[in-house]
Amino acid sequence: MTTTGTGITRLAEVFTTAKAEDRAALIAYLPSGYPTIKGSLGLLTQALDAGADLVEVGLPYSDPVLDGPVIQHAVDAALKGGVRVRDTLAIVEQLAERGGRAVVMTYWNPVLRYGVEAFARDLAAAGGLGVITPDLVPDEAGSWLTAADREGLAPIFLVAPSSSDERIASTTAATRGFLYAASTMGVTGARDAVSDTATTLVARARAHTDLPIGVGLGVRNGAQAGEVATFADGVIVGSALVSAAEHGRAAVARLTTELAAGVRGQHTGR
Amino acid sequence: MTSASTASTASQGLAGTLHDPDDSGHFGRWGGRYMPEALIAAVDEVAAEYEKARHDPAFLAELDRLQRDYAGRPSPVTDARRLSEHAGGARILLKREDLNHTGSHKINNVLGQALLTKRMGKTRVIAETGAGQHGVATATAAALMGLECMVYMGEVDTERQALNVARMRLLGAEVVPVTTGSRTLKDALNEAYRDWVASVGHTHYILGTAAGPHPFPMMVRDFHRVIGLEAREQVLAAYGRLPDAVVACVGGGSNAIGIFHPFLDDADVRLIGYEAAGDGVETGRHAASITGGTPGALHGAMSYLLQDTDGQTLETHSISAGLDYPGVGPEHAFLADSGRASYEPVTDAEAMDAFRLLCRTEGIIPAIESAHAIAGAVRLGKTWGPEATILVNLSGRGDKDVDTAARWFGVVDEAALPTEAPDTTDAASGEREL
Repeated sequence: MTTTGTGITRLAEVFTTAKAEDRAALIAYLPSGYPTIKGSLGLLTQALDAGADLVEVGLPYSDPVLDGPVIQHAVDAALKGGVRVRDTLAIVEQLAERGGRAVVMTYWNPVLRYGVEAFARDLAAAGGLGVITPDLVPDEAGSWLTAADREGLAPIFLVAPSSSDERIASTTAATRGFLYAASTMGVTGARDAVSDTATTLVARARAHTDLPIGVGLGVRNGAQAGEVATFADGVIVGSALVSAAEHGRAAVARLTTELAAGVRGQHTGR
Repeated sequence: MTSASTASTASQGLAGTLHDPDDSGHFGRWGGRYMPEALIAAVDEVAAEYEKARHDPAFLAELDRLQRDYAGRPSPVTDARRLSEHAGGARILLKREDLNHTGSHKINNVLGQALLTKRMGKTRVIAETGAGQHGVATATAAALMGLECMVYMGEVDTERQALNVARMRLLGAEVVPVTTGSRTLKDALNEAYRDWVASVGHTHYILGTAAGPHPFPMMVRDFHRVIGLEAREQVLAAYGRLPDAVVACVGGGSNAIGIFHPFLDDADVRLIGYEAAGDGVETGRHAASITGGTPGALHGAMSYLLQDTDGQTLETHSISAGLDYPGVGPEHAFLADSGRASYEPVTDAEAMDAFRLLCRTEGIIPAIESAHAIAGAVRLGKTWGPEATILVNLSGRGDKDVDTAARWFGVVDEAALPTEAPDTTDAASGEREL
């Protein structure tokens, strides 16, 4: 893997590579510090080795209002274990050193407290590619957009089924790298079926942007990944991997392998 | 005394002020919308509906009718003459929000938002609650207007405010004890947001304080401005002058902003908010966000926040469940920065001394939240002396706190208390285990 170029260009490569292979990219979320700091590095490494094209390193936060019980529990355990913001940055750096591609997923207050410019500088120096911000909308992101632009990092915003066309337009205009489409109205957590609203939302977003679109919230197995891959450029899996992480590296490897087959249309059902 | 002469009405609170935030809800650098995109459409809808409603004579008339005939407004102002003897002889005037239906100021906001819910065609309301006062008010309005109601309450608070849990259930609301995090008010807010993001199609979130994303800080304030509008007229009519200070307790800050706001342009009137200092701000076991906090974004707005160096929200402590919250409404942060209002800490012990003092001198059992304001007024009176007039927002009554207070003062036989009652160390000695 190349390690040259800005975060934004390296993130774009994730999607151009997948597209060249006529498939969707697999994006795996796991929080730093769970079950331990070292353990989380191992799990993220495992996810990359087993076929994830990109990892989202979750930065644990005390008040994760968009997360369901599985991720709440994991980040709570990570915080109790003493994980710090700098540990998340160190994990990104260690992933990047071995060629892994990583973005950070974080609620906004830890970044505010760290300092928006300092965070952008340190994340770029660590080799991170961008930041997904579940509770920051572009309306309040002035200083972050400036800092991200300076450091070549991708500001990755979310759109939701409730987003108006006007807001989809303004949100996609501020986004770089890929757009995060929340498939359903609700918190994170594995669901039995991928919501129909996801296809509608992706179609609505495509009217406003040429950015790759990743779909998240609710994907839990290879079959669902395959389904999402038919209409999205990236398949984002979080809670299901965190549940797997409770059972160790082998379980994460197994699920990631299944999901990687899914995004290639090779999943044979469960 | 003066209540009958007042002409101020709840609807006047909605008339717009010179101190409104900008169009995106910023009071200077504070406020705004730090929240998930999924909920932006919902708060946009609330903002648009509120904007229409506050110019709709039918809505305003209905609000005034409910506040008068149902909630019992206007609330009187009581001259606390015996309390005055313990407060340097200063005249202490109590704005009696404790006499409102449901027992606190919370009904002002809830009736307004419940009417708004009906206007939006939604059939279900959710709320967070700390002391249970906002939950009770919401359950009450939901019953009155035929809305389904679910209230999120930290498990710690369901224990120390068991009476209010029973009240909400009697009123037909479902009370959900929240077992995540610190199991107090901030976690109840988290759960309410999680519910709302999945239910927003048919549900309105009746946020209980002048905090959260725009338009809540402005809208909740406007529904509570009636407190200050009435009090200002009542005090002028009875004493021919304005008070030297207007004081209130501040958790999220809704009762304080409601009574402060109509005095903002009265430059000679000091505005003082009393924050919950728990065991003392220096101990770290407190809930004084302005006194001991730093700027940050939580639950939708930029404001002062109790947080660690990584931006993680700190656990708070206060004997008062309603003040046990790590943030504060953004307009208070703005007023603190501008110097127009000042904010001072009051410890658990000071608040409970004031609680007893008001019981014994005036025959009024205050909410422990409001006892923080009484403590502040007594402190101020001792400094300023007999020439001073201090208007205190007595934001709620203390029926819900009788158990906590009885334990604090040791006026009940421990053996006589019900066995399923909360851990006695909880409220009484402040040794809550979290």
